[in-house]
Amino acid sequence: MNWSSWLLWGFLANVILTMINAATQGLGLTRMNFPYMLGTIFTPDRDRARLYGFFVHVGIGWAFSLIYVLIFQSVGAAGWWRGAIIGIVHAFFVLLVFMALLPGLHPRMASEQHGPEAQNMLEPPGFLALHYGGRTPIAVILSHAIFGAIFGAFYHLK
Amino acid sequence: MFDGESLLAYFDSSLRSRVFAASHLWLRPDCQPQSSLRPKDTFALPAPFFGIVWATTTHLCRVSSGKASTSKIDDYAVIGDCRSAALVSKYGSIDWLCWPRFDSPSIFAAILDSNKGGHWSICPVHPHAVKRCYIHDSNVLETQFHSAAGRATLTDLMPVYAEAYKRTALTPDHEILRELRCTSGEMQVAIEFRPRPDYGCRSVKIRRPSPLGLRIDVGRGAYWLRSSMPLQIDDHTARATLSLKQGDVIHFSLTYTEESPAVLPALKRAPEVIDGSIRWWQEWAARCRYRGPYRDVVVRSALALKLLAYAPSGAVAAAVTTSLPERIGANLNWDYRYCWLRDASLTIRALLGLGYFGEAESFLTWLLHATRLTQPQLRVLYTVFGQIAPREKELPHLSGFLDSRPVRVGNGARGQFQLDIYGEVIEATAQYAEYLGGFDKTTQRVLIGFGEYVAQHWQEPDEGIWEPRTGRTQNTHSKLMCWTALDRLLALNDKGRLHGVPRDLFTRTRDRIREEIETKAWNDGLHSYVSTFGGDEMDATLLRLAWYGFEHADSERMTGTYKRICQQLSPADSLLYRYRREPPEGAFGVCGFWGVEHLALCERTLDQAHKAFKHLLTYQNDVGLYAEEVDPQTGNALGNFPQAFTHIGLISAALTLAEQERGQEHPAIQVGSDVKSSPMEAKA
Repeated sequence: MNWSSWLLWGFLANVILTMINAATQGLGLTRMNFPYMLGTIFTPDRDRARLYGFFVHVGIGWAFSLIYVLIFQSVGAAGWWRGAIIGIVHAFFVLLVFMALLPGLHPRMASEQHGPEAQNMLEPPGFLALHYGGRTPIAVILSHAIFGAIFGAFYHLK
Repeated sequence: MFDGESLLAYFDSSLRSRVFAASHLWLRPDCQPQSSLRPKDTFALPAPFFGIVWATTTHLCRVSSGKASTSKIDDYAVIGDCRSAALVSKYGSIDWLCWPRFDSPSIFAAILDSNKGGHWSICPVHPHAVKRCYIHDSNVLETQFHSAAGRATLTDLMPVYAEAYKRTALTPDHEILRELRCTSGEMQVAIEFRPRPDYGCRSVKIRRPSPLGLRIDVGRGAYWLRSSMPLQIDDHTARATLSLKQGDVIHFSLTYTEESPAVLPALKRAPEVIDGSIRWWQEWAARCRYRGPYRDVVVRSALALKLLAYAPSGAVAAAVTTSLPERIGANLNWDYRYCWLRDASLTIRALLGLGYFGEAESFLTWLLHATRLTQPQLRVLYTVFGQIAPREKELPHLSGFLDSRPVRVGNGARGQFQLDIYGEVIEATAQYAEYLGGFDKTTQRVLIGFGEYVAQHWQEPDEGIWEPRTGRTQNTHSKLMCWTALDRLLALNDKGRLHGVPRDLFTRTRDRIREEIETKAWNDGLHSYVSTFGGDEMDATLLRLAWYGFEHADSERMTGTYKRICQQLSPADSLLYRYRREPPEGAFGVCGFWGVEHLALCERTLDQAHKAFKHLLTYQNDVGLYAEEVDPQTGNALGNFPQAFTHIGLISAALTLAEQERGQEHPAIQVGSDVKSSPMEAKA
């Protein structure tokens, strides 16, 4: 395994993923702000949540890219299209599994069964995170596919 | 006995009887508790008043789609959170709401078209009387319904939170909170939530109700409606009818976000949020330093002004609405949800005079930084973030307020050339410097750049303060403001607060402008200054010659000008048209207050000024708000609402009255350089 290549391109691909996420939100493709969603696990302060969430998101993505590396190493080849395919699978995992688990993980998030409570809560993502906008799955799949493609293109097997 | 028609007539003549003391005796004391945050039941009206309102309620409302809609601009009150605002009618209907900003497309616009615009009403089913007020020193609105069977109080607000609180708790981006409390007997109430985004252009799909509430996706944003009772969805509308008994309380929360996950507010915490918001507003109002006889109306105007301030940037919007007509049924309908630089000096004067230094600093910072892209040229109006206001377009699908078409969004004045704004901006900075000290080097360069621009362009014709769409001319007021700009820059230089001023150029140009105004704007035949060089028309802005210190208010010329203005522009006591127009539009709110200030600045007319001021106060609506204009025949509000310029004028007039009572120098005298050498004083 090429550690230095993973560290460099895993980080850069993550930075680009974060940028694409911000762009999809700014362009109105989705309302989902991933750093904000993750950051509010730690603090209700909106500004700090975005900051904390940014680092958490980059950290998780970096760790996740290790799985990409393991797959590249096991098949003995990397490349942009292999990365993109893994990225799409990654996106479906986020949409179908992670989003469904999130209300259970997130201390400030309501679940679909939550009734009016004496505490302000965050809206749950719903199936495929559709609560955050009808085109949210497209945004998530697109951003992760680009992430995978960049990482696959630039990661060098040893 | 009164029948409906005579009651209505009595209401109009009685309530508009210009008897200040009486109107306040009726409308205020039992409505503004001084000690507690919220009274549980403050409804205690004298019987005659009760009857009048009853007649009004049943008479003036139009019913459309199960909702009462108003026929008067005065019937509205505003709620807001310093980022956006909504208009609530006295029939409990939110008829105007734009989120996330003042100038965003509306989701409720029933005020402009009761069928297509969308609304959110909470209103008793049976005939009822209405009384409403803001909770003392706050922007939390209480509407009290009284029917034969019972009483209920509707509380409307956009919650506001201290920044420290927001760091410790999740708070929605934008929220309207409504609480309906049955205070005695029983009350059957109908609720209708009919969102129609994008000025009624789009229909919406209200998502299936869940325990979390109703969700409506609109473009890049999502609305959530949470309620403590179930709502039925039918025809893109959520409805319910319910009977409340004494002690029953229901809550509704409408939120908007463009960033998910959205915060879903807890309805059980609503009373706490309402009390917190009231406290926040009351603490803000308590900072007001005005201690004169008009304290309540000044604070109300300050609260209205605060609602029009866009907190993230410090900008102040001219009004929260578009296309409320300056003449009913006519086409004088404009979009005022932007920030006009011409309001600058009066806004700063009002904020500094009342002791709101933070707000004044934010506004001035916005003023200097928002205009950076176009400096040294200034545009007439900007958005709250300093972008050039959008192009004007018409919305033909909306019928307009009382069929006053067209409804417009964007503003065509964006491309106009108005020289007066340079003077306004520089006067604002001079006043700020008088209170709070000097400027950094960049700001000094910007100010000098404005001065140099004025020195180069002052001779050019311009559109002028009233933004006519008939072309450019040599406006006296514009020249006055060019004179003001250079005079204040020289004064700042004299005081060591502005360095690098080209003194010779500015002094020479300023004196030349004075000479031009004194010769070309003076009409010997009329014995008055006139609105344009060589003209014979009057204009209320001529009163500003004394306010800015160009002339002494008691000078022979200003005495003649004031008389001529009263003769030609005053339709009724104290009211003033801005200029003559056929057919006439309404009397311009701020011009009346300019008249008051002018009287106050004269040496022997202070009592007259107080009288005029009190008279103008009778034109506020029942919750103390003014629109842009007043119909002199009926006393009804005309134009966009509530209007910052009118409220700023009220505050400025109250401050001037207080200053003159104390024998204090007028701010323009303090910040000017050439003002002492006015003809009157020169003669003396």
